[in-house]
Amino acid sequence: MNTLADLSQSRDLLVNLTLRELRGKYKRSVLGWSWSLLNPLATMIIFSLVFGLLLKVPFTVGDPSGLHNYPAFLLCGLLAWNFVSNIMNGSMLALLGNAGLIKKVFFPREVLVFATVAALGWSFIIEVAVLAVYLIILGNMVLPWMLGVIVLMVLLTMFATGIGLIVSVLNVYFRDLQYLIGIFLQLWFYATPIIYSVERVPWIYHVGQHAIPARTIYSINPMVGFVGAFRALLYDLRFPAWDQLAYITIWSVALLAIGFAVFRKFEPRLAEEL
Amino acid sequence: MGDIAVSVDNVSKTFRLYHDRNQSLKAAVMRRGRARYEVFQALDGVSLEVPAGTTYGLIGENGSGKSTLLKCMARILRPDGGKVEVNGKISALLELGAGFHPELSGKENIYLNGAILGLGAKDIDRKYDDIVEFAGLEKFIDTPVKNYSSGMYVRLGFSVAINVDPDVLLVDEVLAVGDEQFQRRCNEKFAELRSQNKTIVVVSHGLGLMRTICDELAWLEHGKLRMAGPATDVIDQYIAEVQTDRQTDPDAEGNGARWGSGEARIEQIELLDGSGRTTNRLHTGDQLTIRVHYQADEPIDRPVFGLAMYNLEGLLVTGPNTREAGLVPDRIEGAGTVDLTIDRLMLLPGTYDISASLYDYAIVHPFDFRQRAVRFDVDAGTPHETFGGVMSLGGRWSTTAGTTSQSASR
Repeated sequence: MNTLADLSQSRDLLVNLTLRELRGKYKRSVLGWSWSLLNPLATMIIFSLVFGLLLKVPFTVGDPSGLHNYPAFLLCGLLAWNFVSNIMNGSMLALLGNAGLIKKVFFPREVLVFATVAALGWSFIIEVAVLAVYLIILGNMVLPWMLGVIVLMVLLTMFATGIGLIVSVLNVYFRDLQYLIGIFLQLWFYATPIIYSVERVPWIYHVGQHAIPARTIYSINPMVGFVGAFRALLYDLRFPAWDQLAYITIWSVALLAIGFAVFRKFEPRLAEEL
Repeated sequence: MGDIAVSVDNVSKTFRLYHDRNQSLKAAVMRRGRARYEVFQALDGVSLEVPAGTTYGLIGENGSGKSTLLKCMARILRPDGGKVEVNGKISALLELGAGFHPELSGKENIYLNGAILGLGAKDIDRKYDDIVEFAGLEKFIDTPVKNYSSGMYVRLGFSVAINVDPDVLLVDEVLAVGDEQFQRRCNEKFAELRSQNKTIVVVSHGLGLMRTICDELAWLEHGKLRMAGPATDVIDQYIAEVQTDRQTDPDAEGNGARWGSGEARIEQIELLDGSGRTTNRLHTGDQLTIRVHYQADEPIDRPVFGLAMYNLEGLLVTGPNTREAGLVPDRIEGAGTVDLTIDRLMLLPGTYDISASLYDYAIVHPFDFRQRAVRFDVDAGTPHETFGGVMSLGGRWSTTAGTTSQSASR
């Protein structure tokens, strides 16, 4: 009973902190809320111009959908990527930015990370909905696949929350983690098939006499699986490969568990270290 | 009643004091571990029990660990050893308005702050009007709090925190904020909570306040519990031991201004107790002689000596002078003294300053005026009154009701 009450209290707290995040974010800006859509839109336009028109990056034709549209191809990967990278960046400030609160009031600290995730999750949902409308306009009937998309979004949220819990608390102890992560995120972005197709990575890569299983190594990156699954559902209109799904599910569950464990370990001294 | 609201069992807490707080990975790698630090023992095996329904104070000098203990009770800090158990809902007034978002309106911040303090949305709905009314911010509730004055900000923070309706309320010095009117409302609110048998744990340096509001006190010294018990006993002991005798050197004390034409000067102000010894520590009811040593380089006809006594808040307690008392020396020349003897010092416990002046007969021309030249402390004595105020009127109680003679007159 006590834990139940605690839980509902934490839920109220989560709702309020999320609202604070959302309300506070675009206050005083003229366009306000529109920015949460304008930002990915701008990225999409820039990438489409540079990679689609200028560099003419080869990308796949939707199979079986037959869709061949670079912005659509790009967005299917970019939205998932943005969600994860925004959570990483946001979580690093979730505890640091609320130092005053943590030092003066007791409440479950992980709620601060959850609020960051929830606020970004809200934007993510809207973005995916807009993308779905765009795809339908292009002739891709994505509606039957949306249930799968929702499951994927839940998995991605677990995955990103796990990372968020880890970086939020580690960043308190090692402040230059945030700069390191800035570099890491760039590397990760290009190691994920967002602007290009996964087909561009050969299965076997030959260095002298050595045959390197390039694609297998490349696919260790769980974001390859996530982007592949999103693209399969939304762009190709087919069910993702089972092994791929299993792989990202394991990652999501494991990272969330590790995230909680790391957070628990470092949480007790938070008020002193901040 | 009779239950324990907060039980602190053998609690220890250490802090790391970093020499070179370099929180970077590079430093961590170079040093193969975290930065070097010294361990500071903030709490060392403290055990105490706060009975439910009492107002419990924590006193001690700076760094004695009282705030750390309060934060352990509030679960903000986790003790390294020992256990803190709290029965019932707890709320801590450590900082008012912590967690306010400057861009959000007062209303939005009430819900946000309430949630942070553990209130559900429904609870806040119910208490919303009380919160706004207590803070006195009806007109500004839809304004972003960044446009609030600091007073309004604090009032809103206090109002939310106090309306959490906790079983145990933790308070850390925060009450020394806000204007006089708000202070009074805070005090009324505390009185109300006390009358509702809520448990309050308070940390403060204001011994007078602690003596007035606390039932029991714990005295911490260097992280260890020195003494715990009824408030009056602990404070008397604390004052007697910790606040050691003050400097008697008037120049070291003389933080006040001095002016006058200087033909005659007040050299020293001496405080003598009943047996004629110099002192600056007295008890209520003691005999006190204030001796003014003067030095007149030129002869002065019909001088007037005056004294004024202030408490630390600057309240003038009394200001006698020789002319009004009918003592008019014909002429002073050279060195001499003037005594004011008080048979029973009716000042209540606290710290007081004395100013002394030497004027002409018309009290127009100052030869020497020494403001706040001497400071002295008064400890509890007889009459024993510890519920605030500056002085006792020394009245006598009587009643038509029957009494068994139980410490009727202390």
